[in-house]
Amino acid sequence: MIAATSIQFAYNKEQPFFIPDFEIKGGEAVLVLGKSGSGKTTLLNILGGLLAPQQGEVRINGISLYSMKGNTLDKFRGKNIGIVFQKPHILSPLTVEENVALPRFFVNKPSDGMVDRILSELGIFDKKNAGIHTLSEGEAQRVSIARALVNEPKIILADEPTASLDDENAKIVVNLLKEQAKKLNASLLIVTHDQRIKDEIETRITLTRKGL
Amino acid sequence: MLKLSWSYLMAKPWNTGLNILLLALGLSIITVLILIQDQFENKMNRDASGIDLVIGAKGSPLQLVLSSVYHIDFPTGNIPLEEAGKLSKNRLIKNTIPLGLGDNYQGYRIVGTNHDYLELYGAEFETGEAWRLPFEVVLGQVAAQKLDLKVGDTFVGSHGIASASHEHDEHPYVVVGVLEARGNVVDQLILTSVESVWLSHDEEHDHDKMEQEVSKTGLPEARDEEARELTTLLVQYRNPIAAVQLPRFVNSRTALQAASPSFEISRLFELLGVGISLIQGLALVIVSIAALGIFIALYNSLKERKYHLAVMRAIGASRGQLFVLIVMEGLLLTFMGAVSGLLIGHFFLLVLVMVNEQGLMSGLTAFVFLSSEWWILGYALAVGIIASLIPAWNAYRTDIATQLTK
Repeated sequence: MIAATSIQFAYNKEQPFFIPDFEIKGGEAVLVLGKSGSGKTTLLNILGGLLAPQQGEVRINGISLYSMKGNTLDKFRGKNIGIVFQKPHILSPLTVEENVALPRFFVNKPSDGMVDRILSELGIFDKKNAGIHTLSEGEAQRVSIARALVNEPKIILADEPTASLDDENAKIVVNLLKEQAKKLNASLLIVTHDQRIKDEIETRITLTRKGL
Repeated sequence: MLKLSWSYLMAKPWNTGLNILLLALGLSIITVLILIQDQFENKMNRDASGIDLVIGAKGSPLQLVLSSVYHIDFPTGNIPLEEAGKLSKNRLIKNTIPLGLGDNYQGYRIVGTNHDYLELYGAEFETGEAWRLPFEVVLGQVAAQKLDLKVGDTFVGSHGIASASHEHDEHPYVVVGVLEARGNVVDQLILTSVESVWLSHDEEHDHDKMEQEVSKTGLPEARDEEARELTTLLVQYRNPIAAVQLPRFVNSRTALQAASPSFEISRLFELLGVGISLIQGLALVIVSIAALGIFIALYNSLKERKYHLAVMRAIGASRGQLFVLIVMEGLLLTFMGAVSGLLIGHFFLLVLVMVNEQGLMSGLTAFVFLSSEWWILGYALAVGIIASLIPAWNAYRTDIATQLTK
């Protein structure tokens, strides 16, 4: 479960973003909608432990995220938060398998067959040893999702995961994220302005510059 | 982590290869210099061990030492046997070993001497025994192998000490012994009596003389009316005072020249030292350029990889892990450069020795690993760490949110 309370953040002297309080339970999915500049990505960074808010608190399963610092926060993020980016951003010198195994390596977890399992579940096991440049956009985004899920996180954060995909792949990706979140009993938060997927998830938060 | 660093290096094989090559070139020059300097000094000292003074004809003292002790230069001339005989009775001299040079067989020098010369170098026989009669020869191990000669074989020597000289077609030498390898100058020589050298140059051949035993110690006897000559005398002092008095006496009171091997070799090393320092300086410049190249390569790759590093942080990598990742890349580059440099250096020395097997490089080997070569590896790795510190620090400071928002 992830809960955000009284979050405020401002870049330099700009007008601050006011993030509404919310809570997403394990297995639940929430869509965050908003125009460009409304603070969607900032919210995702704050929830992901990448950007400390000037005010407020983020709690994950009761633990205050920003009470941790340095390596502790890095390891906590690696173990508990899976992030899917707008573009897949797969590390090009590595194969699909190596990319997906990387989060487990960073938190000192053995693979234990998890990489193979997640690749099979996402339908890209046959691409295991493939180089990144051989993948289609849809396949690359699935690799990115596999990488976010391989540590079985409690929180899944996705930043515009369908922006570069066609209609069919966009639908597949959102459904995959929903399925996996349910399976892992993880809280899923998708930040998007993609109108094609707004009907796929019922619970929505809409951000404006002035807040909810 | 090593695999991850390796993958990033291999993503740019040309850049990586060029940096490794540049570093390897610089280090290979240093390796060759270290190998040659160490072995050359040892070899020179070993070959001159037990010889306090060389007495020969006037000329360059260094040339006298190089030709008579190391057999790598032309002699300064000959000295009369009579004068050598008088000098050898000097109270400051403990022992003299005569040398008669002037002939060769396929480039390997034929040295006329006595059995004291074998003793001086601790020579032991692999097969056969020492010469007793004129034209009997004993071969050093390398000479025997390269000339493919064994006990009982015969050959005809040529006049002069270079291989392209004319043959003495009437005087075949017979091999009576082959020495064990000792790793010194004797390995390269064909040893015989001074009498053999004299008789081979006589215009008329007296067969009675061929049957007379040669002298095994001290100076040979002329036994005829000919004005016999020697090339040099290798001298051992009777006491330390001789080191002060004898060279001065020989150089000022006789028509001969005295040269101290230890003094001349120190002078040679001093002269070579300037050149060696210059080459070492050049090698250090190349290594510094390589270090700069590695720094630039890592720094530039970091600019291109900032998003990758931010992604790594986002999926759980700590700042420390990113720092180690970049330092590891620097270390991998320099480790490969150092290993390649050491291998190239040894290979280069091997080629040098092969093309110069009878010259200055003879007796040197590429198949040796000196403890100072560990330092080359150590210095290279230190260069790798230093060159990667700034890029690694930048990676450490990567601001994830800013990079991911770009």
